[in-house]
Amino acid sequence: MAYGSKVMDHYDNPRNVGSFDAKEAEIGTGMVGAPACGDVMRLQIKVGTDGVIEDAKFKTYGCGSAIASSSLLTEWVKGKTLDEAKEIKNTAIAEELELPPVKIHCSVLAEDAIRAAIDDYQSKQ
Amino acid sequence: MSDFKTPIYMDYSATTPVDPRVAEKMMQCLTMDGVFGNPASRSHAHGWAAEDLVDTARDEVAKTVGADSREIVWTSGATESNNLAIKGAAHFNQRRGKHIVTMKTEHKAVLDTCRQLEREGFEVTYLDPKEDGLLDLEVLKAALRDDTTIVSVMHVNNETGVVQDIAAIGEICRDRKIVFHVDAAQSVGKVIVDVEAAKVDLMSFSAHKAYGPKGIGALFVRRKPRVRIEAQIHGGGHERGMRSGTLPTHQIVGMGEAFRLAREEMGAENERIRMLRDRLYDGFKDMEEVFVNGDLDQRIAGNLNISFNFVEGESLMMSLRDVAVSSGSACTSASLEPSYVLRALGRSDELAHSSLRFTIGRFTTVEEVDLAIEQTRAAVEKLRDLSPLWDMYKDGIDLDSVVWAAH
Repeated sequence: MAYGSKVMDHYDNPRNVGSFDAKEAEIGTGMVGAPACGDVMRLQIKVGTDGVIEDAKFKTYGCGSAIASSSLLTEWVKGKTLDEAKEIKNTAIAEELELPPVKIHCSVLAEDAIRAAIDDYQSKQ
Repeated sequence: MSDFKTPIYMDYSATTPVDPRVAEKMMQCLTMDGVFGNPASRSHAHGWAAEDLVDTARDEVAKTVGADSREIVWTSGATESNNLAIKGAAHFNQRRGKHIVTMKTEHKAVLDTCRQLEREGFEVTYLDPKEDGLLDLEVLKAALRDDTTIVSVMHVNNETGVVQDIAAIGEICRDRKIVFHVDAAQSVGKVIVDVEAAKVDLMSFSAHKAYGPKGIGALFVRRKPRVRIEAQIHGGGHERGMRSGTLPTHQIVGMGEAFRLAREEMGAENERIRMLRDRLYDGFKDMEEVFVNGDLDQRIAGNLNISFNFVEGESLMMSLRDVAVSSGSACTSASLEPSYVLRALGRSDELAHSSLRFTIGRFTTVEEVDLAIEQTRAAVEKLRDLSPLWDMYKDGIDLDSVVWAAH
């Protein structure tokens, strides 16, 4: 199984790796997956007063496709409103990264991660 | 030639390249000017020449494992040998009993064969190993019943390289007149194989794990005391009726030569490989949260199965651009389950997902080992920077106490 070039790109140059302080009001944190499954993603968003996502950061324990899915997601959500970000579908991620069928679940986890982050942010407001 | 730039090979337990000396001998058995005849052709010199080469190869294999030539049956590989041994013995002995004992850490060739027998009405007990991978003899004894006809335990584990004390197990089985089968696919050339000393009744061998070609193996079937098995493949009665089919001279010659070299060169080779493997391990010893899977001493020289906590195996392998290894991670298997062998050793799912299996061999060099160390260290560091689990560990959070939102 040779890896897709887009997945390799995100793997070699992951975008937005890091973390915010989860306690701050403007930060939403989504942690999904489980070590037992071999996939854990932590996605964090920084939301401006206008409801637009200013910044996003991620950390992922998982295979190349999982890392790429979460990295891509942090790129996509920047500049979107919370509602727009909620609309992001895993199929779009899978298509962009050209994920093979056996790796589709990585994109599903990424979609779960952004939803969880948004939910967390909104529960704080 | 393929487009792929091939990396340094450190996956010798998956398969080995054919030794040039072996390939040389094999090539003499293919074309018109070579020994291409059917070894079963009694009536002409083409057949006799082929038969001669087969006999020589059979002798070499027998010598390497401490057997008599008449006890060696050619098969298409260790998988077939395992099928023949277990199904063959189970069916032959079924009036005496229908209970089989094996281990959870066996190769799929044994486990799936047992599952098939279960479907046919046999009962199988799958024993757990201790944490170091070895079988507790008391646990074995407790599992044996009056209707137990077969015990199957592998000699060297393919994932961890751990070596079982088959002589002790053989002793127990011989005592109770239970047929003892050993999958020795990974043994030849790495540890001493002696069917007599270990009181083994049936033993499976593979050529392609010992610098021979893929597609050929053998099954040792003891003559004294006589072990009987039912053939699984019929059609001509070759190999004393135990395994029909025209003998592939070139493959057999390859296996014979490979086993001869293994026998003659094992001592010196093992020393060199052990030195290299220890050098590899030394390259990781100072890192945090690094665990070797399986007993370090009762282990073949060339295996290093190691878990780097908080880093997932497949992503690690992606970083190892120039090194070919394998992993116990689920992501690398067709199913999404982590290595069942590592799980049976009591390793958590995380550590199974975080494992790398380095297996080095005859053609591995010091430079290759040093490069592997360099690339692995860099990869682990990079991936730990990316890992939320590493963050949590550094913050002193007990990961076992976390409630995960798995989907």
